[in-house]
Amino acid sequence: MKMKKLAAMALAGTIAATPAMAELVIPDLSYRTGPYAAGGTPFSDGYQDYFNLLNARDGGIGGEPIRIVECETGYNTEKGVECYESTKGEGALIYQPLSTGITYQIIPKATVDEIPIHTMGYGRTSAANGEVFNWVFNYPANYWDAASVMVNYLLEENGGDLSGKKIALVYHNSAYGKEPIRTLEELSAMHGFELSQLAVDHPGQEQKSQWLQIRRERPDYVLMWGWGVMNQVAVQEAANIGFPMENFIGNWWAGAEHDVTPAGAGADGYKSLNMNRIDASLPVFAEIQSLVHEAGNAAGDGSNVGSVLYTRGMYAAMLAAEAIAKAQEIHGVSDVTAAMVRDGMAALEITEARMAELGMSQIGPEFSVSCENHGGSGLGIVQQWNAADGQWVALTDYIAPDDSVIDPLIAADSAAFAAENNIEPGCL
Amino acid sequence: MLYREAGDFKTTYVADNQTFPLKLDRIGFWVTMAVAWLVIPFVINDYWASSLLVPFLIYAIAAIGLNILTGYCGQVSLGTGGFMAVGAYACYKLMTSFPDVNIMIHIVLAGGITAMVGAAFGLPSLRIKGFYLAVATLAAQFFLVWLFNKVSWFYNYSASGQISAPERLVAGVAVTGPSTPAWAQYLICLFFVTVCAIIARNLTRGTLGRSWMAIRDMDIAAEIIGVNPLKAKLTAFAVSSFFVGIAGALFFAVYLGAVEVGEAFGIQKSFLVLFMIIIGGLGSIFGSFAGAAFLVLLPVALKWIGVDVMGWPTDLVAHFQLVIVGALIMFFLIKEPHGLAQLWRLAKEKLRLWPFPH
Amino acid sequence: MSADFLYGIEVVINGLMAGVLYALVALGFVLIYKASGIFNYAQGVMALFSALTLAGIMSGQVPFAHLINAIFGTDIHYFGWNVPVLAAIILTLIVMVIFAWCVQRFVFRHLVGQEPIILFMATIGLAYFLEGVGDLMWGSDIKTLNVGLPQGGSRFVEDATAGLGGDDFFGFFIDKLDMVATVVAIILVAGLIAFSQYTKQGRAMRAVADDHQAALSVGISLNFIWVLVWSLAGLVALVAGIMWGAKSGVQFSLSLIALKALPVLMLGGFTSIPGAIVGGLIIGVGEKLFEYLIGAPYLGGATENWFAYVLALLFLVFRPQGLFGERIIERV
Repeated sequence: MKMKKLAAMALAGTIAATPAMAELVIPDLSYRTGPYAAGGTPFSDGYQDYFNLLNARDGGIGGEPIRIVECETGYNTEKGVECYESTKGEGALIYQPLSTGITYQIIPKATVDEIPIHTMGYGRTSAANGEVFNWVFNYPANYWDAASVMVNYLLEENGGDLSGKKIALVYHNSAYGKEPIRTLEELSAMHGFELSQLAVDHPGQEQKSQWLQIRRERPDYVLMWGWGVMNQVAVQEAANIGFPMENFIGNWWAGAEHDVTPAGAGADGYKSLNMNRIDASLPVFAEIQSLVHEAGNAAGDGSNVGSVLYTRGMYAAMLAAEAIAKAQEIHGVSDVTAAMVRDGMAALEITEARMAELGMSQIGPEFSVSCENHGGSGLGIVQQWNAADGQWVALTDYIAPDDSVIDPLIAADSAAFAAENNIEPGCL
Repeated sequence: MLYREAGDFKTTYVADNQTFPLKLDRIGFWVTMAVAWLVIPFVINDYWASSLLVPFLIYAIAAIGLNILTGYCGQVSLGTGGFMAVGAYACYKLMTSFPDVNIMIHIVLAGGITAMVGAAFGLPSLRIKGFYLAVATLAAQFFLVWLFNKVSWFYNYSASGQISAPERLVAGVAVTGPSTPAWAQYLICLFFVTVCAIIARNLTRGTLGRSWMAIRDMDIAAEIIGVNPLKAKLTAFAVSSFFVGIAGALFFAVYLGAVEVGEAFGIQKSFLVLFMIIIGGLGSIFGSFAGAAFLVLLPVALKWIGVDVMGWPTDLVAHFQLVIVGALIMFFLIKEPHGLAQLWRLAKEKLRLWPFPH
Repeated sequence: MSADFLYGIEVVINGLMAGVLYALVALGFVLIYKASGIFNYAQGVMALFSALTLAGIMSGQVPFAHLINAIFGTDIHYFGWNVPVLAAIILTLIVMVIFAWCVQRFVFRHLVGQEPIILFMATIGLAYFLEGVGDLMWGSDIKTLNVGLPQGGSRFVEDATAGLGGDDFFGFFIDKLDMVATVVAIILVAGLIAFSQYTKQGRAMRAVADDHQAALSVGISLNFIWVLVWSLAGLVALVAGIMWGAKSGVQFSLSLIALKALPVLMLGGFTSIPGAIVGGLIIGVGEKLFEYLIGAPYLGGATENWFAYVLALLFLVFRPQGLFGERIIERV
């Protein structure tokens, strides 16, 4: 035991001391094991495959090769902290922590270490206020945007009037699941719909009580903030009670293929939000197939290409790569540091022309980031599951959230955070 | 030869009653203390602190706490995660309500609050025994987690329900919050570990400890010879929860800095601490440390060997980690059911006779 | 009759159905505990593992594909055939019997006579091990398990009862899957009881449960009996895995259903098969009814997890050996 311990200590010491090489180091805090592995695997595959594509096609970004450091978190906060500490010494440029818990952990740490974090559509919503959260970015959209986009979509469906309608929110009883409540309460007061909240405790294997309640109350719409096994069970139970699936809308972490396939045909018509468009015919996927997968560099088993979360992972990698390219352009050096990448992220501008050039036309909305606004435009689309074809179909174009509701909430929450932590809001 | 008690004579009762009666043990103790207090703080870095040493020290406190209850008093508890949550939330409420009071006092008070909660949940132990009690403590685990998740007063009405530790200083140095230096984080945990271990060691040698062990070995017999089971069981729950509460407060304030109750203090935490004391050795303070070290270091070491040395995909390594940890637990139980502490005792026995075992 | 009252009845019916599912998981615990005094924490993971194996065999997945590919650089995933349900179930049962034999041969044979807590720990080690092996064998993605069980609310019951209440009442909702589960559970329990009453092996099993020493002395092989009970527990785990897996797909979280069975065990006693059934029904009805009457309207919901335990705890304070447990007699 003693020997093993000593050996492990000595070895661990050497990794921590490895000096940064002249390459771009991107950590990938993936979760390919544990209860949420089904969601983590495709995201991580997409994230890594895109960087591998850049290496194979362009020799990296701006001539600098990219080195991916994968670290398995299992969606566990403590392992995530270990991963953060063990990868930051290698010169990590940008973190994509991929779990609410880990995000909250490393926001303060990364701020002190001056490494930017990109929490794409998850994590701390008020990080959209760049003056308080200098090192955290959550573009292109956040949970409060998502809640507002859902309501705006329903407004559109109902001719702009939701008064007297009943909307139920089924949420994972955790920090993540509680995110939309405040926004929805504001919106319910504004538009006059009646909001009822149904909490589902982790893990969510047993939801009979909640769905019997929904069956009794017959809400017009059910919104869901679910994750993990809760999604599959909720979709199944909704089908069981005969709830009209087209009135059941999940958020963007409750809208992947594996969430609906276990329910089979019963899931047909279920809707969910998405922050990126799904289109398996994008040219970039063909390039990944030929340059990465056929060269034997696929991150996983190569079966996920084009799926919802794979596309999202690839989209996240594209945003990171564009930010690094922007940083190289601003600072005029190719071997950028984490602080420079932050500048690149704060000046990021995604246009349709650029997305088309990258072979992923229309994958996301056009948006630009500034020092003050780290949250992007907040646009989202609504997609619907077609069980017969086994694919998600986009129903709408990008829908805008109601900024007049969300902006004051973000300002209030970030001000509270600034006060609690003695932060003087301002740009770096 | 190397380890012997022969020739270690005591002439006073004070000398005979000291914490470590053997000179060799004392030397070992002081050397460990010197390394822990005087060497490690100067060489520690962020990685070592947050990945290994700080979690090890905090889990050691929790393991000592649970060991008092399970190892010394024989009451199996699966509520450790819930009690750690009590410590964490008590500490958070105290920190934010009385920002001017020293954090050290808050941590101790958090332990005290947990002790009261623990004693209350210990009441059923007077009626229920064995596995029934273990499952009954799960009621505490699930109820407490639900409570902290539901009642927003506990997390000061924050939007997400997470609690995060504001910056607090001890002697002018930050010990909580993001800008805490690694050595300060380490030292504050080390301080509490040292104090807790000394208290636990002495409690278990005294009247209270002996009454716990009497209850453990056979509660009816103990009652007949005059041990009050009410007092013994409830004090065991209270003292155990006190330590667990301190561990929870440190876990939240010093180690993680921000927690969400279901994720950080869920049922897995209860099981993890229970594994530590069983692998380390029931009824042994040293065993608590050994078990905590084993379960904190092993996954990191396995990950390092698998990913960094062998270059395997991370998910394969994570799966193998489960297989290896599981196999090791079973292997240890077959080879040495009394844990690492018993291995250590056997090693001492060998050293005593070495190099002439016959 | 008022709609609220009828909905209360609906909640009770669904609670009973949920209780049957809990009892299915609890049964596995009882079988092993009775015969060998082992509190088998790995029962939940066994359910996961057996369901994974069933789903994997049905879809013709190559076991350990990921590992093989990583070591040999190959790219294999599927054999390219689909195994019919019944054949797959039989193959899975064979796997579970082999598993039972391995557990007995390599672990518990070496732990005979140890304290209960040590045996409990060993099953925790086993749970880790089996979970890792399950992931390595079949991968960690969600598998759809389609063994042809009906799903969804029963239209027939709904239409037949819709007239009972006023306009606010829509008829009773009863899940067809739950009805199947109830029938399967009844068959399973009847089968187990018949087996233990009327067969030689079953009688031997009961003899072992009564007294190890006495059973040994009349020539019953303890090893054989223990392999037998672990195999039976594997069968029960497979049934539970199919029922739960049909609802959510087969995935890691399936192993957490063990936590649902623990309060059932407390209530029913660790040693009683009828206890597991009755305990399951009480827990199922109790938690659903509490959520309906008090939890959701006054406490903000999601109370089921802890209420099941509190219910069992309150019960135990008055009856420490559980509902049908053997009376605890202690001597100094």
